[in-house]
Amino acid sequence: MKLSTYALSAVAAAALTGLSTTATAQTEIQWWHAMGGANGERVDKIAADFNATQSDYKVVPAYKGNYTETMTAAVAAFRANEQPHIVQVFEVGTATMMAAKGAVYPITELMADANKDFDQSVYLPAVVSYYQTSDGDLLSMPFNSSTPVLWYNKDAFEKAGIGAPPKTWDELNAAAQKLLDSGMTCGYSFGWQSWVMIENYGAWHNLPMGTEENGFAGLDTEFTFNNEAVVNRLQSIADSQASGLFKYGGRRGDSLSLFTSGECGMWMNSSAYYGSIKDQAKFTFGQTMLPLDTDVADAAQNSIIGGATLWVLRGHDQGDYAGVADFMNYLSTPEVQAWWHQETGYVPITTAASTLSAEQGFYDANPGTDTAIKELSLNAPTPNSRGLRFGNFVQVRDIINEEMEALWAGKATAQQAMDTAVERGNALLRKFESANN
Amino acid sequence: MLKRVHFGPSLLPFLLVAPQIIITLVFFMWPAGQALYQSFLIEDAFGLSTEFVWFDNFKDLWNDSYYLGAFKRTAFFSFTVAALAMSTALLLAAMVDRIIKGVFTYRTLLIWPYAVAPVVAGALWVFMFDPTLGIFAYALHTVGYDWNHKLNGNQAMTLVILAATWKQVAYNFLFFVAAIQSIPKSLIEAAAIDGAGPVKRFFSIIFPLITPTMFFLLVVNIVYAFFDTFGIIHAITQGGPYKATEILVYKVWYDGAVGLDLGGSAAQSVILMAIVIVMTVVQFRYIERKVEY
Repeated sequence: MKLSTYALSAVAAAALTGLSTTATAQTEIQWWHAMGGANGERVDKIAADFNATQSDYKVVPAYKGNYTETMTAAVAAFRANEQPHIVQVFEVGTATMMAAKGAVYPITELMADANKDFDQSVYLPAVVSYYQTSDGDLLSMPFNSSTPVLWYNKDAFEKAGIGAPPKTWDELNAAAQKLLDSGMTCGYSFGWQSWVMIENYGAWHNLPMGTEENGFAGLDTEFTFNNEAVVNRLQSIADSQASGLFKYGGRRGDSLSLFTSGECGMWMNSSAYYGSIKDQAKFTFGQTMLPLDTDVADAAQNSIIGGATLWVLRGHDQGDYAGVADFMNYLSTPEVQAWWHQETGYVPITTAASTLSAEQGFYDANPGTDTAIKELSLNAPTPNSRGLRFGNFVQVRDIINEEMEALWAGKATAQQAMDTAVERGNALLRKFESANN
Repeated sequence: MLKRVHFGPSLLPFLLVAPQIIITLVFFMWPAGQALYQSFLIEDAFGLSTEFVWFDNFKDLWNDSYYLGAFKRTAFFSFTVAALAMSTALLLAAMVDRIIKGVFTYRTLLIWPYAVAPVVAGALWVFMFDPTLGIFAYALHTVGYDWNHKLNGNQAMTLVILAATWKQVAYNFLFFVAAIQSIPKSLIEAAAIDGAGPVKRFFSIIFPLITPTMFFLLVVNIVYAFFDTFGIIHAITQGGPYKATEILVYKVWYDGAVGLDLGGSAAQSVILMAIVIVMTVVQFRYIERKVEY
């Protein structure tokens, strides 16, 4: 009896396996990503929804750790000839990926080879310009992009008697002072300091961060962010630590708790913290555009993005890439983009998606959530505000982090810190240039 | 005076040692050889272009002031961790030896931290000392001490040393307890009858008799501080602020995994490998010559 049941189930299992192999005549498309937690579930949903729309391809998402870990995993996999079709790489890895010409499959070329319709003009210029060649070809598909905004504690503002959120650095300092007067111990803080205070500060005031159009025009670029505007602003911030106007809270998003605990009344960081702040803050909060440094410019230019794009790696059957192309097009549809944008706080990558979000009444119901898009599309990007393309930029960011920490700790002046950062950064740029020539 | 082999030639002994030799070859010799080879190359991340450059990677390291800084930092970190972990463990072991009741409970509790994974230990200390949320940071703040290890390099170094020490004390404790217990009771009793107090007995009898254990632990602890503290540092400071806690093994990982500079990273791991080999040789020579069992 027992034996026959066993035999029966074995037969059934064999039959099922047979069935499932016929069912997976589908081509599998591996997608490695760095989205953990709630965003990871959203990535799974996008893949599942795409798989449900057709039966030829099956996109299989796999979480590979944080951005750095995912990129390293993909690089190691490529060396072992086990690479995924699609890998999510953060914006600072762009130059490294670009330089690996034999490894990556540019999106424009992929679409042309697969004979798929692809109209680049539907994408937000500030988003795609970061990932285009000088000829305007798109290298990787923008997926999750955000930009820094100024988050503020509405309750604290009301208590301190601050009417409107600050628009300039002077107003920001005045607001911070009022917050201190009302009994708070910290006016403002920021995270991802290289991205917010150097990269975006430059773009926002139309200042270059480096020569050769921020690296877009050539590998022989050199950093120039030790300019007067950056130095003066950073020195003034460092000096204001003593009175508590500014408080440093660590790298990346580590300072989030300073804002959500109610210690600091303002916080400059990615618009994509919307979900986290909504979960953690026990006060009403708002977001507004980054402050303008009136000593430097009369009007703001536009901000640049952070986040990640999807790179296609070579080395698979040509047939697989038609499916990759279909998936990329599916990702760009207004419905998918609008949903992703509204759920996460990342900016939509197409104009149609932001129009759709407006039509759905999302911005009316959640005031301020369109701040990021407004910042990005404030003006047509200039060579200073199109984006950055520096080799070894992952390490350069850490160098900037270290030098800024030296400044906050009082070990260096802003001029010394930025000069050293530029010098160390240039050494890495030269190393990258010689490795990729 | 056995000069001749008493067993006939047989395959069996070779078969018996084969697993050990295969494991060593596959998991040590082969990767070590790869690292050595890689250290002579300059390669882009994807391995699309490779150039054999002999010792250029090592020369670059020699000229890199940050690498030399990491060397000094590692030496300071390792010796401090080893010294603190060993002295604390020895003190605890000497105390436990004198306890009559509940010895088992004390011992168990003291051994616990050893079972904690480095990253978990790191996360624990991060939570306790977080400048914004941490309970210890809060306590320090109330007594007027401004704790912010995210900005203050010395505080960051103190924190990683504390965390690394805390984890290693348990291991040392275990060995010290065993060493002290193996000392014949008659020696200690004789000294007691002669009128030696507990402190005198410790320094005149116990301490000299556990020196082999101490030397063994010294080497183990330094190797631990050199390599196994990676998880703790990664979880607490990521080498920051301003490289204040970037020790050699962290830099190897950072330059290789984050910087994707495989040649430079391999060169650093070859140097680390050389350091371990030297330390091991010193250990064996020392133990063979100086220590009586």
